[in-house]
Amino acid sequence: MTDVALEACGLGKRYRKFWALKDFSVALPANKVIALVGANGAGKSTLMSIAAGILPPTEGDLRFDGRVVLLSQEKPLYRSFSVAEMLDFGRHMNTVWDQQRALNWLGRFEIPLDRPCGKLSGGQQTQVALAVALGARPSLLLLDEPLANLDPLARRDVTGELLAEVADSAMTVVLSTHVVAELAGVGDHLLLLRQGRGALDGDVEELLSQHARLTGPRVDRPPVDGQVVSAQHTERQSTFLIRTLLGPETLVEPPWRATPISLEDLVLAYLKPKRGEGEL
Amino acid sequence: MIAFHIDRAGSVPAYAQLVQQVREALRLGLLHPGDKLPAVREVVTSCAVNAATVLKAYRELELSGLVEARQGAGTYISGTLGGSADPVMLEQLRGHLRGWVADARAAGLEDDDVRALVTSVLAEPPGEPTAEQRAVESTRTAEPR
Repeated sequence: MTDVALEACGLGKRYRKFWALKDFSVALPANKVIALVGANGAGKSTLMSIAAGILPPTEGDLRFDGRVVLLSQEKPLYRSFSVAEMLDFGRHMNTVWDQQRALNWLGRFEIPLDRPCGKLSGGQQTQVALAVALGARPSLLLLDEPLANLDPLARRDVTGELLAEVADSAMTVVLSTHVVAELAGVGDHLLLLRQGRGALDGDVEELLSQHARLTGPRVDRPPVDGQVVSAQHTERQSTFLIRTLLGPETLVEPPWRATPISLEDLVLAYLKPKRGEGEL
Repeated sequence: MIAFHIDRAGSVPAYAQLVQQVREALRLGLLHPGDKLPAVREVVTSCAVNAATVLKAYRELELSGLVEARQGAGTYISGTLGGSADPVMLEQLRGHLRGWVADARAAGLEDDDVRALVTSVLAEPPGEPTAEQRAVESTRTAEPR
């Protein structure tokens, strides 16, 4: 098996009567890009804060090796510091510091080192925060929607460079995002939270090869065995999204058809709350 | 050099899209044996895809004998696919198809109808070749190697 970057066992976090995270267990593979998805309030930020050690869990354990760096949407920059001073600050705040890595990142995106952080654009501030995060040489980098304020082009550039950093090092990245459509080909591993609980966890390609869309005449149950993730019916037609071993290769009798699904289809099907769930 | 692009909306996995684009470039004669494929890191940054995705695509191409990985030097095209061998024939077939598509449109078919028709004909079991196909076959065998 592959190395584990982070292991959670029975993790839970309660705010008064509300469980933001409950019965959460997972083993995340090392040196991978893990896509963390979930609706607002599903527990993504809670999980990341616990993993980063800034929020104590109410119950359960968490284990990991090495250094964890969390980068949230509010960027931890001092407005009066120049970019170069921000790097100095990073060097003093971290036990391990890789100045060259931080400088390389800033150079790639042409960020002026002498400019005060407060005078930079939102996108440039994101780059500085990322440079400081990478300079700390984390073994686990948690990105809580930090790319939200970048334009689509810059977002793709940053994602590409981040993926190259993962390829060049042993770093694991957990990337939480709302933009599900941009995840295809980016994440190796999918972790989906629904109402504070883990709803889906696995290798992206494996998950896609185990799911299929079945379309055929109106019926209440699909014509093959498998876990029904979602079902849609019209007067004459039924569409099921099912999980089976063979996925789109599942043999079905005509007129039934089994077709592959996209990552976005998969995520959306699992994000939809099931009836009877979530009464907390 | 080929430039990859990834369509994230469709249901074709990213690695399969890369494989498809290399095969298509080979078929259309845009890539030839000896050409270098972009370095993995280059594809990762330019397309914002995972390195594992690119490696998987290159490995699959290698297994099907279309490319070879040269230690430390990169990945090079080593095989060919179908039509790329004979550009004259390819141009001829394209001409036939252009005429056929014009006929289909004149008959009121929309692009989706045309695609459906082509897909269903491709799925038919290979039967007796038509007179035209036999003529094409004989000119091909008559050509000196």
